[in-house]
Amino acid sequence: MSRPAPPSAARIALARVRLELRLFARERQLVVFSFAYPVVMMVVFGSVLGGTTTPGGIPFPAYFLAGIAATGIMLTSFQALAASIAVERETGQLERLQLLGAPPVAYFAGKAGQVLVTTAAQLLVLLPVARYGYDVPMPPDLAHWVTFAWVAVLGALAGTVLGIAASALRGSAASVTTGVSAIAIVLQFFSGVFFAFPELPGWMQQAAALFPLKWLTQGMRSVFLPERAAAFEVAGGWEHGRTALVLLAWVLIGLALCSRTFRWRR
Amino acid sequence: MTTTGLQPPPAATDRAALTVRGLRKQYAGRSVLDGVDLEVRAGECFALLGPNGAGKTTAIEVLEGVRSRDAGEVTVLGEDPATAGRAWRARIGVVSQGEAAGPALTVQETLDHFAAYHATPRSTADLLDAVGLADSSGTRVARLSGGQRRRLAVALGVQGRPELVFLDEPTTGMDPVARRQFWQLIRELRAAGTTVLLTTHYLDEAAELADRVGVIAAGRLVEVAPPDELGAALRRQATVRWLDDGAWREVRTEQPAAVLRDLLAEHPHGEVPGLAVTRPGLEDVYLQLVGAGAPEVDA
Ligand SMILES: Nc1ncnc2c1ncn2[C@@H]1O[C@H](COP(=O)(O)OP(=O)(O)OP(=O)(O)O)[C@@H](O)[C@H]1O
Ligand SMILES: [Mg+2]
Repeated sequence: MSRPAPPSAARIALARVRLELRLFARERQLVVFSFAYPVVMMVVFGSVLGGTTTPGGIPFPAYFLAGIAATGIMLTSFQALAASIAVERETGQLERLQLLGAPPVAYFAGKAGQVLVTTAAQLLVLLPVARYGYDVPMPPDLAHWVTFAWVAVLGALAGTVLGIAASALRGSAASVTTGVSAIAIVLQFFSGVFFAFPELPGWMQQAAALFPLKWLTQGMRSVFLPERAAAFEVAGGWEHGRTALVLLAWVLIGLALCSRTFRWRR
Repeated sequence: MTTTGLQPPPAATDRAALTVRGLRKQYAGRSVLDGVDLEVRAGECFALLGPNGAGKTTAIEVLEGVRSRDAGEVTVLGEDPATAGRAWRARIGVVSQGEAAGPALTVQETLDHFAAYHATPRSTADLLDAVGLADSSGTRVARLSGGQRRRLAVALGVQGRPELVFLDEPTTGMDPVARRQFWQLIRELRAAGTTVLLTTHYLDEAAELADRVGVIAAGRLVEVAPPDELGAALRRQATVRWLDDGAWREVRTEQPAAVLRDLLAEHPHGEVPGLAVTRPGLEDVYLQLVGAGAPEVDA
């Protein structure tokens, strides 16, 4: 009995992106949290510290916007994925995909597609709040927008593969969610999301430089801060080449990790 | 045994759909399957029975290629499940216990989504009818009752027109109407030539659906036979019971007629109070096979 070949991984990936977006849209808490969290952070920091400046006389709101955009990307990729995949594994949804012979890469691609769309939507909500609420200047030219795009995409992809890898941590879905949130909070403090990065202790800066969030935040600063702010970075410049390399390296490390540790079952 | 079949079950073929020789599986040094041999023929419906924890799910998962084995030869649809690829997976269907694709989807959306994984899926409308979910097609999976979820699981398991279907306790939680609907679906699958391997704790279901049943106990398949021949030696034993001066008497024998003749001779005029001759049903035989048969004592 001969059968037609099963659908390609690409076709399944497409169906999965549609499914993931539909499920995301129906998860009201997740939607509200993903979109409101960065805006609320922006409003809180903007209102409390709106009048102050960082070294070099840069208004704080511009500095925050960079940090909050980076945090938001980590939230919609790394944190959201680790939690949701752990639940899907626990409830047997992944087991079903395994039994159907779904290629893991189609599943990953579905997650990545969903993350890219929701991250874009999240930034689309955040930027106008910063621009019209707190007078943060938007990127002045195409070059800055291009930087914004590659930094955001690389950051989201790194967060996606690392989130998939983190979902394989031992323990229940609830404990994975807690563990991942703890990692995220510590990284935020170390990476200069809440404070001016150059003012952090040296050991903290060096530890943060090992992880993607610091580079994602720095890349965002290069987009939203004026050129003269570059001189106040630890390295005395924006380090675009190194930012791209580190983020790309984390995408590859994450890919290797998730292809080695990914499990359909508990 | 009830017989509600609308058409006679199609004869199983001589080809083997799956063969298992000397299957062994241990969990942390504890043996769960200890040398299981099994052959299921193409087109056959085979029911695996056995107490909780006997290893039915473990055995089925090995056959599905999602659980490793410690020893034994296993061939399913001509391939070793441990190494078979996607083309092989497309030929088997599994009614799994896991959730579908997220409780926020409706039944219809769930079926539509999973159609994308199959080359020639059965239509959603057809599946909804077959499992009796047509009226709930717009209901979110989160709001389905337990039995309705099982129906959805069944629909998903047969969506890809599999040649061989594995069903692990498919009807647990279903109401009697849904179970009969499910039995009908299985008969239709069989009429189309599909091989069916199911586990169940309902002996009437095994009797109704299966050509042969196998009983797993203590890690081995202790007996394999058509449902009405299971435990043939045990079944030859009839039990004759009657009241003798207010006390129950009971004789187990392979010649009940001889016992009755003697008994009637002792009571040439009157009735024999409480007289009954019984033969063990499937359930009695099953209980004896798995070693849980209540010793029959005089009450
Ligand atoms: N992943 C596992 N790790 C360790 N032990 C396991 C695992 N899965 C099953 N077992 C054990 O193996 C034995 C057989 O389990 P299995 O699920 O195969 O039984 P079953 O016949 O399907 O039972 P039931 O009728 O309750 O479904 C049980 O004692 C169970 O505790
Ligand atoms: Mg079981």
